[in-house]
Amino acid sequence: MVETKKNELKKIACEIRMGIIEGVHGAKSGHPGGSLSIADLLAYLYFEKMNIDPKMPKAAGRDRLVLSKGHAAPALYSVLANRGYFDVAELKNLRHTDSMLQGHPDMKNIPGVDMSSGSLGQGVSCAVGMALSAKHFGDKYRVYTILGDGECEEGQVWEAAMFAAHKKLSNLTVFVDYNGLQIDGAIDEVNNPAPFDKKFEAFGFNVITIDGHDFDQIEKAVADAQKVTDRPTAIIMNTVKGKGVSYMENQCGWHGQAPNDELYEVAMKELKEQLAAL
Amino acid sequence: MAEIKKIATREAYGAALVEMGNKRDDFIVMDADLAAATKSGAFKKAFPERFYDCGIAEQNMMSIAAGIAATGKRVVVSSFAMFAAGRAFEQVRNSIGYPHLNVIIGATHAGISVGEDGATHQCCEDIALMRTIPGMTIINPADYTEAVKAVEAAFEHDGPVYMRFGRLAVPVVFDEDYKFEIGKGVELKEGNDVTIIATGLMVNEALEAHEILKAEGINARVINIATIKPLDTEIILKAAKETGTIVTAEEHSVIGGLGSAVSEYLSEACPVPVLKVGVKDTFGKSGPAAELLDVFGLRAKDIVAKVKEAVALKK
Repeated sequence: MVETKKNELKKIACEIRMGIIEGVHGAKSGHPGGSLSIADLLAYLYFEKMNIDPKMPKAAGRDRLVLSKGHAAPALYSVLANRGYFDVAELKNLRHTDSMLQGHPDMKNIPGVDMSSGSLGQGVSCAVGMALSAKHFGDKYRVYTILGDGECEEGQVWEAAMFAAHKKLSNLTVFVDYNGLQIDGAIDEVNNPAPFDKKFEAFGFNVITIDGHDFDQIEKAVADAQKVTDRPTAIIMNTVKGKGVSYMENQCGWHGQAPNDELYEVAMKELKEQLAAL
Repeated sequence: MAEIKKIATREAYGAALVEMGNKRDDFIVMDADLAAATKSGAFKKAFPERFYDCGIAEQNMMSIAAGIAATGKRVVVSSFAMFAAGRAFEQVRNSIGYPHLNVIIGATHAGISVGEDGATHQCCEDIALMRTIPGMTIINPADYTEAVKAVEAAFEHDGPVYMRFGRLAVPVVFDEDYKFEIGKGVELKEGNDVTIIATGLMVNEALEAHEILKAEGINARVINIATIKPLDTEIILKAAKETGTIVTAEEHSVIGGLGSAVSEYLSEACPVPVLKVGVKDTFGKSGPAAELLDVFGLRAKDIVAKVKEAVALKK
């Protein structure tokens, strides 16, 4: 990736992260840690890769993304707002009674949300359904879905994986946000779902492991996935939970907790400094 | 009297899917390794390239169906009621119901008449479960004719539809002229002493009960409610006002099914006695289906007995 492009995406990812913090701070609840860890991926997909048009959020031929780890909704809303699906000012109303921005993605009311999700394990199956529909009806769009690492403890994830590989859904790319932490602690202490690469390989996937914060690696993996025509691809992304906000990084406690006013200021100051340095 | 033709509503489901397949190609049919039993296998045989087997993974199948529907296509998923409504309840609620997607759930082997497989497979709580999902339409056809017409109607419906079919061959009570409309009950017999509101295979039992009661001087109105949600409150309110007492009849738990739906409505709109014929708060058991209907009190004679209680309460 050329440096100017990469720098642009880094800036966008910074904006997305600020939107995440605005959202969870405004809501006084929500899930910042696992939202911050996928900000770079979303920046790449929505600003560089996906065939989408914010003016036509329901266009039949568009690429689709299902946020299977629906609790990272603040990240999805932030990227959609920054991409122009709706006003960025709406982000601070996240989870408010009169806001369209539900605690978990709601496809009926939020422009750009392709699938309602939040109950873990279901979104990936929905993405499989979309990929199957595209193959069956001869549509050319691609389907992306993002799984949490802890989410892979849900059996339905593996039902979906079995089916996707069996039906050779090469138009499907599954990302695993491998940040290593879930609500009750480290995933390898709670009920270790790893190794992800060997599991997805065994299920019949093309598997690529990357640094989920490296745009070169993200771009190459997504492109390589598209070259494979006989099976779906799983991209295992090593990420940092809370990425970009120093006190949240690798801290389990920031899975589902909002910063207070003081910590909000600290986070925004850090992100603004990161943006200014780019 | 000519011999009454008997055929299971699941056969109608399979036949209707093939018929729809002949008419349109904008939908997919799925099953979870039960195609031979649910009769989605008829569609699989006619249109193998439009049929997908999910294997034994009903929860995955429901969410996959939601994904297909989210792309603007229609999809029909089949399994036993126990696994469609029971095992995959939360997928039906969150993946299909919450986004109000056009998924037709063909749930066969509902109720006690599953027979020999016994309690683990006899789902008598599916209507109760599905009724709690906002926007879910629930159709429980009485016979082959109604089942075919209900499938056709479901394809034109906006939003998820739960369709309940049986394994047991039951009498065909409607002729080809029968008009089916989602959300509309049908008065099958006139009467002003009491109203029997029946659904599914209990409709035929209700018609038999009507004749027995007539011979004893009780004129029982008989109403078929195929669509349990949304409920045809107009026809039920009229019956409550005109006959003053109601007996419901369903091959489902008395908790949460048709009887509950009618009671919930009438307790607010027009309180009259509502007595329920159905599976009591108990699990099923193995046995030939016809015998189980006797054992679990799901026969015309059971409706007759309940009607007499209802009429006595009225006085």
